[in-house]
Amino acid sequence: MTEKVLLVDDEQEFIDTLAERMRNRGMEVETSTSPKSALKLVEDGAFDAVVLDLQMPEMDGLEALKILKEKRPELQVILLTGHATVEKGIEAMKLGAMDLVEKPADLSVLTEKIHKAQAKKMILVEKKSEEKIRNIMMSKSW
Amino acid sequence: MRKRQEVFNFRRIWLLSFLLTSGFSIVPVIFFAVIDYNVTERLTLSDTVFRTSRLTSNTWRSVAFFLNERQSALRFIVGENSFEDLNEPRRLSKILDNLRNIYGGFTDLGVIDSDGLQRVYVGPYSLIGKNYSDQQWFRNVVSRGIFISDVFLGFRNIPHLVIAIKYKSADGRFYVLRATIEHNLARILSEVNTVPQDSAGIDSDRKTDVFLINREGILQTESSYFGNVLKKISIPVPELSDETEVIESHDSFGADLIVGYRYIPETPFILMIVKDRNILMKPWRESRQELIQYLAVSITIIILWILGITTYLVRRLKETDRRRVKYLHMAEYSNKLASIGRLAAGVAHEINNPLAIINEKAGLVKDIFHYKKEYQHDPRLMETMDAILNSVERCSRITRQLLNFARHMNVSVQQINLKSLVQEVLSFLAKEAEYRSIDVVVDIKEDIPDFESDRGKLQQILLNIINNAFAAMTTGGSVTIRARAMADARVQIEISDTGCGISRENLKFIFEPFFSTKTEVGGTGLGLSITYSLAKELGGRIEVESKVGEGTTFIINLPMKLEKKEQ
Repeated sequence: MTEKVLLVDDEQEFIDTLAERMRNRGMEVETSTSPKSALKLVEDGAFDAVVLDLQMPEMDGLEALKILKEKRPELQVILLTGHATVEKGIEAMKLGAMDLVEKPADLSVLTEKIHKAQAKKMILVEKKSEEKIRNIMMSKSW
Repeated sequence: MRKRQEVFNFRRIWLLSFLLTSGFSIVPVIFFAVIDYNVTERLTLSDTVFRTSRLTSNTWRSVAFFLNERQSALRFIVGENSFEDLNEPRRLSKILDNLRNIYGGFTDLGVIDSDGLQRVYVGPYSLIGKNYSDQQWFRNVVSRGIFISDVFLGFRNIPHLVIAIKYKSADGRFYVLRATIEHNLARILSEVNTVPQDSAGIDSDRKTDVFLINREGILQTESSYFGNVLKKISIPVPELSDETEVIESHDSFGADLIVGYRYIPETPFILMIVKDRNILMKPWRESRQELIQYLAVSITIIILWILGITTYLVRRLKETDRRRVKYLHMAEYSNKLASIGRLAAGVAHEINNPLAIINEKAGLVKDIFHYKKEYQHDPRLMETMDAILNSVERCSRITRQLLNFARHMNVSVQQINLKSLVQEVLSFLAKEAEYRSIDVVVDIKEDIPDFESDRGKLQQILLNIINNAFAAMTTGGSVTIRARAMADARVQIEISDTGCGISRENLKFIFEPFFSTKTEVGGTGLGLSITYSLAKELGGRIEVESKVGEGTTFIINLPMKLEKKEQ
């Protein structure tokens, strides 16, 4: 099963290359250089994981993360950061980020984390559908 | 070598405050002492003059009474006895006996007629028929009616005086009754002398000399100052006066004298009382001396006290100023460090992004090589790509360290693994060590547990000391870092080098701010000072051992648990 990943970073060159490498490894990748367009993309399609840069000119990564999580709570976000600051990391985790990867990231590490994210999301989605079914079963009388 | 920026001239402040304070406290004391000295001297002197005057008057009264008494006795004899009676030697002899019994001291008695011829005489000598008509005293008694002679020494060397009175007989002629009196004025005077004069009981009159002189200045009684009877006194005869007078004079030895005197009327005598001014003033002088001693002691104490206080205060001021300058520089330095940290963080962050791109591009190229058959078997391509990726990895490690370093400007307590921390610090210095072929030996015992401390500060401490160790060595040599856990929950880290060492004099100053032997190559003299205060902040201490030419060892002793400081 292919993972559907959204890359968000203000460096075009960086995400293009990263996207290409990930596609080469069989992942379905979409890119966005601005958090705003990323938000739109998230609304439209279901992604298994979002790789988000913490520092972007338009919107702070943490803020983008907050909005993303509001819209899609089940979304798995992996943060990319140049600043390996503990405080920001902790804050990000509190806001619901799945993981934190330091830039420049090793692709194999990132891939592994994306795999994990997909698995997690699957569980979440399954749980959700289970709940839905249960709800339907509870609410409808057969 | 040592640079001090001092705002104040402390030597001048010290001198000024010392002089001003002592001046203001000592001048009034001396001023009052001088006033007191003069006032009391004047009072004592006038008191002495008054007492001398009183003594003179009293004594004069006694002496005058003595002479008066004898004159009256003779007058009574003349009045009571007829001329015939007195001309009778037996009768006269009886009178003399009575006089001797009642008054004492009468030696002889005689009657002289108007021609100066001794008519009757009773006494030890045979003077009958002697003619006195040409003698001065006879002429005096004839003209004045009474005569009291100067003192003269009789045959037994006893001072005598003569009292003669003129009286008229029934036949209108006059006769003279003449009596020689063994003169015991000295006894009267000495009696006066021994009467205590001083109500306070001070024996100030011991050297009081009471005596009589005649108008030529010849002593009529013995004087302890001027010698025996009939000698001339060495001070001028005082001026004639009806009253008791007190004058000041000097004797032949130059001693200051206070002289009280009074003329005794109808006699040639002048009563003199002489006191030694120095002896009179002695009690006063002694009390003054005591006062002056007390003054000297108090002034000494005051000066010592002011000296102490001034020195203490100025030293405190100096210390405070020194500390102020030190903190100023420390603040400047930490400011500098902070801005360097910010700059480093900014640079590191900016470099991270292009580094990420390089990383991904290189990864992509590697991927492409991996999938394309024609490149797959070219090992050189793969090796090159790996080398690029390795370099990127190294760069990212450097930026991470820079960020790490900059981040630890704030205080935070963390669990620390000493070994990894030392490795982290050494990674900053590894290149330099390699270039200068310095051998870095790390010997950290495995039994050191992770302990609580401030990571950034500990890093800085180690970095500073290892940097110093490197600076002490030219090329070659080795730095050894040892660490072990101590019994009392402390960690001891030893950093020794084989460098040039520190001289004994300099060793005392090395933790002092602005002490540097590297000023010409840009040393601030703050490195070790900051290191020291950082160690103190972590509750630790730093010691140094050094031998010139052999090397230096810094011993850092840190607690394993950081005591919470009140914020």
